[in-house]
Amino acid sequence: MSPRTLRLVAIAAVVLIAAAPFLLQPFTITLMNYIGVFALIALGLVLLTGIGGMVSFGQTAFMGIAAYSTAWVSAIMGYSPWAGLVLAIVLSGAVAAALGAITLKLQGHFLSISTVAWGIAIYFTFGNIEGLGRNSGIASIPPISVGTVALVDSNQIYYLIWAMLIGAMWLAHNMLDSRVGRAMRALRGGNSMVESLGVDAFRIRLATFVIAAILAGLSGWLYTHLGRFISPVEFDVTRGIEYLMMAMVGGAGYLAGAVVGSGLITLLKNAVQDYLPLIAPGSAGQLEIVVYSAIFILFLQRARNGIVPYIAALLPDVVHERPAEAEPLPRRTQPAPGKVLLEVEAAQKRFGGLAAVNNVSFEVMSGEILGLIGPNGAGKSTMFNLVTGAMPLSAGKVTFDGRDITRARQRKIAEAGVARTFQHVKLRPNMTLLDNVLLGTYARTKAGFFSGALGLDAAEEKRARYEAMRQLERVGLGDKPFELAGNLPLGNQRVLEIARALAADPVLLVLDEPAAGLRKQEKAALSALLKSLREEHLTILLVEHDMEFVMGLVDRIVVMEFGTKLCEGDPASVRADARVQEAYLGGVV
Amino acid sequence: MTADIAAILAVDGIATGAIYVLIALGFVLIFAVTRVIFVPFGDIAAFTALTVAALELKQVPGTVGLVAALAVLATLVEVVSLLRARSPGRIPKALVFYLVLPLAAAGAVWLTAGHALPMALRIVLSLVLILPVAPLLDRIVYRPIADASVLLLLTVSMALHFALVGLGLLFFGPEGVRTETLTDATFEFGSVFVPGQTVMIVGAALLFSALLYLFFEFTLTGKALHATAINRTGARLMGIRPERAGTIAYLLGSLLAGVSGILIAPVNTIFYDSGFLIGLKAFVGAIIGGLVSFPVTALGSVLVGLLESFASFQSSAYKEVIVFSILIPVLLWRSYTTVHSEEDTEE
Amino acid sequence: MALLAIEDFSVSYGKAEAVRSVSVEVEKGRIATVIGPNGAGKTSLLNAAIGLLPASGRVIYDGEDISRLDVEQRVEMGFCLVPERRELFGEMSVEDNLRLGAYSHRRAHAQNKRSLDEIYDRFPRLMERRRQAAGTLSGGERQMLALGRALMARPKLLMLDEPSLGLAPLITREILATLPSLCENGVSILLVEQNARAALETADFGYVMETGDIVRSGPADALIHDPMLITTYLGGHG
Repeated sequence: MSPRTLRLVAIAAVVLIAAAPFLLQPFTITLMNYIGVFALIALGLVLLTGIGGMVSFGQTAFMGIAAYSTAWVSAIMGYSPWAGLVLAIVLSGAVAAALGAITLKLQGHFLSISTVAWGIAIYFTFGNIEGLGRNSGIASIPPISVGTVALVDSNQIYYLIWAMLIGAMWLAHNMLDSRVGRAMRALRGGNSMVESLGVDAFRIRLATFVIAAILAGLSGWLYTHLGRFISPVEFDVTRGIEYLMMAMVGGAGYLAGAVVGSGLITLLKNAVQDYLPLIAPGSAGQLEIVVYSAIFILFLQRARNGIVPYIAALLPDVVHERPAEAEPLPRRTQPAPGKVLLEVEAAQKRFGGLAAVNNVSFEVMSGEILGLIGPNGAGKSTMFNLVTGAMPLSAGKVTFDGRDITRARQRKIAEAGVARTFQHVKLRPNMTLLDNVLLGTYARTKAGFFSGALGLDAAEEKRARYEAMRQLERVGLGDKPFELAGNLPLGNQRVLEIARALAADPVLLVLDEPAAGLRKQEKAALSALLKSLREEHLTILLVEHDMEFVMGLVDRIVVMEFGTKLCEGDPASVRADARVQEAYLGGVV
Repeated sequence: MTADIAAILAVDGIATGAIYVLIALGFVLIFAVTRVIFVPFGDIAAFTALTVAALELKQVPGTVGLVAALAVLATLVEVVSLLRARSPGRIPKALVFYLVLPLAAAGAVWLTAGHALPMALRIVLSLVLILPVAPLLDRIVYRPIADASVLLLLTVSMALHFALVGLGLLFFGPEGVRTETLTDATFEFGSVFVPGQTVMIVGAALLFSALLYLFFEFTLTGKALHATAINRTGARLMGIRPERAGTIAYLLGSLLAGVSGILIAPVNTIFYDSGFLIGLKAFVGAIIGGLVSFPVTALGSVLVGLLESFASFQSSAYKEVIVFSILIPVLLWRSYTTVHSEEDTEE
Repeated sequence: MALLAIEDFSVSYGKAEAVRSVSVEVEKGRIATVIGPNGAGKTSLLNAAIGLLPASGRVIYDGEDISRLDVEQRVEMGFCLVPERRELFGEMSVEDNLRLGAYSHRRAHAQNKRSLDEIYDRFPRLMERRRQAAGTLSGGERQMLALGRALMARPKLLMLDEPSLGLAPLITREILATLPSLCENGVSILLVEQNARAALETADFGYVMETGDIVRSGPADALIHDPMLITTYLGGHG
């Protein structure tokens, strides 16, 4: 399927949705209204859960905040619901920003537990505020008016709901395909990789959280003026898990999952309410929640990714266009060769009582390839983590390009021009090769959430895509840019990490075992690539076990053993060193 | 607030806290062995209370039907998975464990329910009946996804909790119950009267904490459970089956939940859905213990009980808001003191 | 007949193949070794052989195809692994770690007591530290404990994954030196090592693994003089 057919399909869908009130029963339109409203909150959950990896059980709290805001403004104070919308969005966004600032440092399940806690706390608050009708809620809420037309009829508000939903989907779609959207998609799977590319992971998480809350707020606003009555029960944690279920059953990794899930669960609910009394008269109400929960559990057990991937597998693949040639992104000027670029002085790292790195000093000169070798467990990877800021030093000093970076954050070190790869490859297996490399351009580009969502970043995006494509070609992975990274053999995944690091236009490239898992010819190709990078005055620091590879490539070697520096020098002298032979062969040769 | 009122609130808080201790210990136990945050804990406690109440009224408790239904379902799941693994030889043993034993418990209660039973027997029958619930739920719900992330397991737990609330309404009806007090004795400490019930609750909490301690410290099975929690792969390489360790943990968890349900029923009116809030408050205690440490968990749970007691005196309408708001700083503190491994996070 | 025969074995992570159609055998009462650089797939091979990772191909142990059995069943049959990461129970005492090693025959109290004494005889250092938490031990002591814990299961076949990892050469030797005496007691061993020379000096038969394939195999004393191996392991012509 080409992008053009895709656009045609999208237009056809919009036309169908617009025609629905003329074709369908009023009752069906009412259902469609609720599907649209729930799809909005589910869309937020897709961004939060499926994309950003943060599971929230408390999303109804934001829906509730918005609902109570607009109900108070319109039903109690007597202003327009549109004023209610402003308050709803501002308040849900502000509460999310405050809660997020406190709780988003939490990891994984701790974060989710906190969402239950504040979800319940906010729910109980609604039921206890005198001015908001306590547990009986607020009734006679006015409808939304557009001009002089009050949207009382379900056919009328239908257009508002679906226009908002389609708009939100379009913005979200653009955003995910932009610079920050890629960072958002990369959040799952840990912070260290994204931070090593200069991404402020916390900021991205917070923004995602606020966006999801605003979508919940929008949903709450529409919900309030659709049903025209609200009470606390509609925003308790039970409902929260229902919306989460919509997102996850539909497919939490896909924007369309929100609509599919909302549609499916809403229709199912309707069917259950129709048929359960026939099967189990008298206890239908109780069984309803049991049925949903059972379905949800089954989905989580059997189809964690939801329905959308199954549908997508039946459709023809979307044909991507290879990035076209564009003006290259601006490049850094490399420092003149032969200067001290990185200086490590008496670095120390202790884990409890164990010294993983003990009093190690060395220098990396600009334009050289320095090999760091040593037996397993010698502390080489720890050393790398200290240099790149992934771990704080216990003692000692690190200077990069004349700047003290001992206490600098990983992200700042990345911005200063240090790019790295990881011993345990850290890629996003569900993103394409091109998107993985595009992540590398993050620190060189600027587009933010708004320009991404509104599509104002097209020029920069074009340049970044071209740059990523160039780096993919350079490392020899240019033939299938739209393959998923997880489908590559392990050796090529390492090479892909190098392309990502190169896309950051680094001054110093730090490679952790780049040749592990490569075959002979691939090793030779990698060696040639690294040599050509040296020609361009790029400085390289690498850890490697394959001695043949190291000896034929590097200018100098530092040998580590048991956390200390054993010796350093050119390859020939290191190879001849008796201590090195002892460390490697475990005895006299 | 006078000193007398403070003392009364403190006694009250310690009693509530002691109930939370029992449930929180169960949370820690099950999380440590299986990585499951077993949200439905409170539900099981509430179901036990409802069971005792039904037996008092000489009615067949809804738990009988619930256990029977779960047993049949678990048996089906187990038999299918054994057939798929092509090990039909293990079916008879599975039938005994998942079908015969739970049905025997259900049958015993069903047969005796109509008679006037002494209180001790009612309690024992309720515990026997509640014991299989958590292991059966484990088999049906968690076992098929034992390798999933903590987060996914938590999501499943939440869904399971709502399923149980629905089943609770179906099997027990909407009425609240309060059971006979276990003892009418009161003790006087200085100017404060302490009901015997409170002494029993605290005593039970101490007793079960001690038993858990002895189990983990002095039996090889206890150590095997602990080992599974510390290092699952290491345990498997010693021939310790994580599933079996999980089943034992769930059995113990059921027992703890049951005991707490029996102790709370004479003090609080319990509805089919009362379990969630009780469980969640106990969970705050478990989080204070980092879901790892038994002693800190016990202390934390008592703290939650005290906080709740004093909060309800200050502002009863907002007591839940206060109790759950405290969870956020606790989580933050825990999150900073726990070292997270990157490899644990889900791709 | 071989006690252990791994036949046509492949291990994949997603679409990436870590081990490609490898066959390895261990004769009864002998030590076989698989050597090779980091990332060659050695650890995947052992983890799949014990059943921790899914694999295609067959594992024949003592004449029986055990490919479908789970890890615990294999362990109960006397087929044990000392993993690369040791996987000790860090917060538990040395003695508790050892006692859990005998979990697969936990009813044989008298025999377990004897095994425990034997382990303490073999590694007096563990005796000295038996009340200490396993997590506080030094690297060498950890390796001893991991080995001792596996021996408590009274294995017939023991697989060791990089016993030299992070250890000084002297300690590596000390640990490798205990292996032949285990063989005399009827234990067969499959040793995976990066420290090629030490491994080949200890073993009877060797396999060389590179990027998922066995590229060479033969009697250990022949491999040790193979010029190609010397090149790979020290680079150049050292």
